[in-house]
Amino acid sequence: MIDVSTLTLKEIVNSLEKKEFSAEELVLAYQKRINDVDEDLNSVLEVSPTAQDDAKKIDKARISGKSLGKLAGVPILLKDNMMVQGWGNTSASQILEGHKSIYNATVVERLKTEGAILLGRTNMDEFAMGSSTETSHFGPTKNPWDKKRVPGGSSGGSAVAVAAGLAPIALGSDTGGSIRQPASLCGVVGLKPTYGRVSRYGLMAMASSLDQIGPFARTVEDVAFLMSTIEGKDPKDATSVELEDTSVPELINPSVDGMKIGIPKEYFLKGMDKDVKKLVMNAVAELEKGGAKVEEISMPHTGYALATYYIIMPCEASSNLGRYDGLRYGYHSTGNSLAETYSLSRGEGFGPEVKRRIMLGSYALSAGYYDAYYRKALKVRSLIKQDFDEAFKHVDAIVTPTSPSIAWKLGEKFGDPLTMYLSDIYTITANLATVPAMSLPCGFSKDMPVGLQLMGRPFDENTLYRIGMYYQNVTEWHKRTPE
Amino acid sequence: MTLTIDEVKNIAKLARLHLTDTEIEQYKEQLSSILDYVAKLQEVNTDDVPELQHALGISNVFRDDVEEQSDESTRKSAIKNFSNNNGDLLEVQSVFGRNENL
Repeated sequence: MIDVSTLTLKEIVNSLEKKEFSAEELVLAYQKRINDVDEDLNSVLEVSPTAQDDAKKIDKARISGKSLGKLAGVPILLKDNMMVQGWGNTSASQILEGHKSIYNATVVERLKTEGAILLGRTNMDEFAMGSSTETSHFGPTKNPWDKKRVPGGSSGGSAVAVAAGLAPIALGSDTGGSIRQPASLCGVVGLKPTYGRVSRYGLMAMASSLDQIGPFARTVEDVAFLMSTIEGKDPKDATSVELEDTSVPELINPSVDGMKIGIPKEYFLKGMDKDVKKLVMNAVAELEKGGAKVEEISMPHTGYALATYYIIMPCEASSNLGRYDGLRYGYHSTGNSLAETYSLSRGEGFGPEVKRRIMLGSYALSAGYYDAYYRKALKVRSLIKQDFDEAFKHVDAIVTPTSPSIAWKLGEKFGDPLTMYLSDIYTITANLATVPAMSLPCGFSKDMPVGLQLMGRPFDENTLYRIGMYYQNVTEWHKRTPE
Repeated sequence: MTLTIDEVKNIAKLARLHLTDTEIEQYKEQLSSILDYVAKLQEVNTDDVPELQHALGISNVFRDDVEEQSDESTRKSAIKNFSNNNGDLLEVQSVFGRNENL
């Protein structure tokens, strides 16, 4: 059987083209690996029963010489908040128990068109609300580097699956860091694209003005390649944008010579984790060696980002989660009146973190508070965006840590919402400012991975790919695997 | 800022969330501390600052208002997802009742 544990997307595409193995063999090998190692990790909620047949069809088409998509025969895992027709997608919530998705998300349609094999759905924080994958109704996912530690969240299942070699690539969603932070804590690459680059149609909505779908992979090259298959305007998502220049990863020149890199002083505060700081600055030094010009910059509104986020996100979430009424799908608890049925179904069906955010959002949006909270937050959000606009007049990319710390122990921050929220402090600004941001491995502290975050101009993912590819060409961190 | 138990109960009612007494007590503490934290936004002068929504400032995206039929299996699956159905009919409790406690 094929050893799939360290295969990259690029290697798989090459091997399938050369017929070194078949798509069916590949699927069987990944399914076996999931069976063998995921019982402890709990990263995959369900393996698709049709994956093997889907792979067989691709193999047949290949043999008969038909033209194939860019991802023909490549297995991929999807976070459980992306709809696949016929799948029991739940967003890891009890309230969607028994729900069957009746249509495909646009990213799913695009992956299928390119011949990707949908391998299964991954664990996550309930409705993507959390930073540790501990709020899942189906139990926490464990970090493959140390199973006593969290994988980060909310796309913890997808990050762990790629880190542990259960799939070469996976999709997650990122509202305040939910792709980049688990990528950082698990030692893989994760990208939150510019808001509007990838369609959100068929993604169970949390905060509509912040949510973006994005990829996980071991290499930046794979991330860029996967992005080229899912991005672009979709008539079903009015916020998606026609891209002038869809990236062609093979043409990206991985050189940083002459590039200007900004280091925002507000992200490197006294008292920050020394190892994290050292590893990020080592990475910056590596970019300097390649000819990049590094300068300190200031983004004065950074300190208000978390507060802004914790108003906008719960407001939008409380509105989006209004659709879970106990009637249309999933969990149902009958009360004496319709209002009581809503209230019981929601009270019993949602977990504590989801209810906390619905409460917070409902309060902030309630009569008399809208101006003081939501409208105020949208204005501060503009100021945060202006910090980025100003910075990008002088620099091509911004470098920061992805997470203030390495992965923490399971349960450590679980009872303390505000401390948990603080773990998103470096990632939420990119969502608020709508800019692209990528995390990639830049070393280890106490044998746990540390991530480097690159942020770029809106719709300029290519610059992030260039820097990331260059960095991965001159370093080996991304080649380390757990166990 | 400290929320009262009654305020928490009222938010829960607005949000259609049945909460236990323990949950109400917990959320009172937790929401109060989160609201204390987010209050720091009031320090920021936002006079004449616009509200931000989209990177490209997109607003009012129009499309033709045409009806699209779903296929039969999609229609059936949607009905099957519903909590109570009687054939093609979806059953819900009465919206307006005599002793309705809304």
